[in-house]
Amino acid sequence: MSATDTRDIDALNWVAPRRTPGTLARLMDNKAFLVCICLFPALSLLIVFLTYPLGLGIYLAFTDTQIGRAGEWVGLENFESLFHDRIFLNAVWWTVAYTFFATILKFGLGLWLALLLNNHMPFKSLVRAIILLPYIVPTVLSAIAFWWIYDPQFSIISYVLVDKLHWLDHYIDFLGTPWHARWSLIAANVWRGIPFVAITLLAGLQTISPSLYEAAMLDGASPWQRFRFVTRPLLMPILAIVMTFSVLFTFTDFQLVYAITRGGPINSTHLMATLAFQRGIPGSHLGEGAAIAVAMIPFLILATVFSYFALGRRKWQQGSDND
Amino acid sequence: MDDITRRGSIGLAAGMAAVSTLATAPARAAIPTVDVKPPSLPLERGATLRVLRPVKYIDPDGVYFDLNTQKFAKAIGVPVRVDYVGFEDLRPQTAVAARTGAGPDIVLGWSDDPHLYTDSILDMTDIAEYLGKKYGGWQTLAALYGRKHNTDQWIAIPFGGSAGPAVYRKSWVNEAGFDTIPSDHGKFLDLCRNLKKNGHPPGFALGNAVGDANAYCGWLLWSHNGYMIDEDGKVSINRPETIAALKYAKELYQTFIPGVLSWQDPSNNKAFINEDISLTQNGCSIYFALKNNPRTASIAEDVYHAPMPTGLARSRPETATVINAMVFKHTKYPNAAKEYIRFMMEAEQYDPWLTATTGYWAHSLKAYSESAVWKSDPKLIAYRDGCAMEFYSGYKGPINAASGAVLADYVNVQMFAAVSSDQATPEEAVAEAERRAKRIYKQ
Repeated sequence: MSATDTRDIDALNWVAPRRTPGTLARLMDNKAFLVCICLFPALSLLIVFLTYPLGLGIYLAFTDTQIGRAGEWVGLENFESLFHDRIFLNAVWWTVAYTFFATILKFGLGLWLALLLNNHMPFKSLVRAIILLPYIVPTVLSAIAFWWIYDPQFSIISYVLVDKLHWLDHYIDFLGTPWHARWSLIAANVWRGIPFVAITLLAGLQTISPSLYEAAMLDGASPWQRFRFVTRPLLMPILAIVMTFSVLFTFTDFQLVYAITRGGPINSTHLMATLAFQRGIPGSHLGEGAAIAVAMIPFLILATVFSYFALGRRKWQQGSDND
Repeated sequence: MDDITRRGSIGLAAGMAAVSTLATAPARAAIPTVDVKPPSLPLERGATLRVLRPVKYIDPDGVYFDLNTQKFAKAIGVPVRVDYVGFEDLRPQTAVAARTGAGPDIVLGWSDDPHLYTDSILDMTDIAEYLGKKYGGWQTLAALYGRKHNTDQWIAIPFGGSAGPAVYRKSWVNEAGFDTIPSDHGKFLDLCRNLKKNGHPPGFALGNAVGDANAYCGWLLWSHNGYMIDEDGKVSINRPETIAALKYAKELYQTFIPGVLSWQDPSNNKAFINEDISLTQNGCSIYFALKNNPRTASIAEDVYHAPMPTGLARSRPETATVINAMVFKHTKYPNAAKEYIRFMMEAEQYDPWLTATTGYWAHSLKAYSESAVWKSDPKLIAYRDGCAMEFYSGYKGPINAASGAVLADYVNVQMFAAVSSDQATPEEAVAEAERRAKRIYKQ
């Protein structure tokens, strides 16, 4: 039975056959490779749709590209020429002012609204849903509505004040003088931006434990003290994030201004975004348009950094005390 | 370039116009032609074409354009796809086609667009000369936009132009002591003053309105013999003629309805239709919007059109927005593309299209002045010569990217708006306009 013997010996010496793993399997075992391949979809989306356009925009800003003609590298020429352009400087100033005033108003009113909504009242969810409406309407549609509201001949506000209430004897020229137009635009932006602020702050308010308020009340804190010492510090982290987003959205606003005034009267309401578009596409100077857009980046970085460090620098976010 | 919204706002009325026009096939007049042999363009085998053009102005514009295209496909055997894009999207899409060398073979772009792409489009001289000979020659504005500046080389075939003459209420102009729109500045100012006194002020757009404000401010400048650029392409806005125009504009502005500084393209339509203003400058959309609405048809009877005052100019100081067909060099079927354009411009196709668009487009070839459309309603005569004007944006200089940028940046409009609203003296405003134009022209 030599065959059987041999088999026994084989069984004794049997070692699990070590199949050499395929290239793919080995590759999959490699951690670095696995990380890369898992990141690939997300990264490629970011690269194709964010990094590349941003990089191209920054590159264009340093060229004299026009529509229909490839440009040459001109270094800082676009920026130098913009620095002497009063319309651009005015747009920079106005973009900052617009963002500043609109943000302050949005936060003041939004916080107030959030505090009101945080109280118990009938039809609470319905009211909260209604508050969101301005945010749901597409911006262009609300811009067109405001354009009618501010129309020099057909304004509903003028109509009510002049023809119905007889408080004024002439129609208001909302968009005809620089400051009227500026405040009108800020009002439209605030109307549109409040829901976002109010609803996110409301969410923040609801994370504050009622027991803190109870404790404060037992200690005899007045409503103002409760707001100042309980609500405010606990709302700060979310406030910082909402503020950052709100500043970014307002600073890069385009639709409201473009639909309502197109930058008029006489360029007094051009934001950097609308000016960049006007110079770049209808004006066909892509290089200059890109330079204006790129000039927004430092402001945006500054705003983000400010919000994060000035408003969000609270150690208790990680569980320790304020300092 | 004209504006979307104004046209959009007349869409409903225009749609009604379309239905009535389609129901009764437009009558056709004999177009005088000279017997000329078309250039020989042997068609490529298996040719297909893609055409990009602005969205229809009014429904028949698109309907007849498509009908003619189908006719071409049937007669010649070349399938053609026509894509309609929004007024403001046309430019970026043309730019992409030019830069990437892909996409549509033919683009019907705006007035000055072909001049931005001279390197990437085909020479059209053969068809242009053939069409010119056959149809009594090209009109002035069409020839300006079709040819390379100061040469006889054609780079595009202008299909038609849309003008913006004076639109007025006859009864109120009569009440103000005038029979029609006078042709000199002084009397025109008197007319406007009287109109205001009678409670029916005029209103001309001074906001950033692509179509209307540029039309009005172009008229102000040119009717005083002012111009932005001279023949050699040098910025020449800072001249006494411009100062005179600015002073005149300020006087005129006093008579306007309040609020024109923020007017965009649809604003004067709305105000005119609401009977708030008696006189403005516009396309024929106001008239048709009134006429096609039973409630306002009676107002339409009182609406008349006339050229703006000539003032000191030699000829009508107005311009028109032209649609200008170009063929890209990247096309695989250049002959088929040229043949398509020729086919569309021939009377059998062009005249029904022109007639169906009821005056929204004015013809670019002289012979079409005989078209039935201009006899259908005497009120449309002011629109007939849209392509016969000799003024254009960037007058008197070459048409190029810089002239387009000056227009897009509203340099001229804002100069007049600043003086009219007393935000600058004429001297300050003209200096600012000169500075801005020089910056764009890099002088």
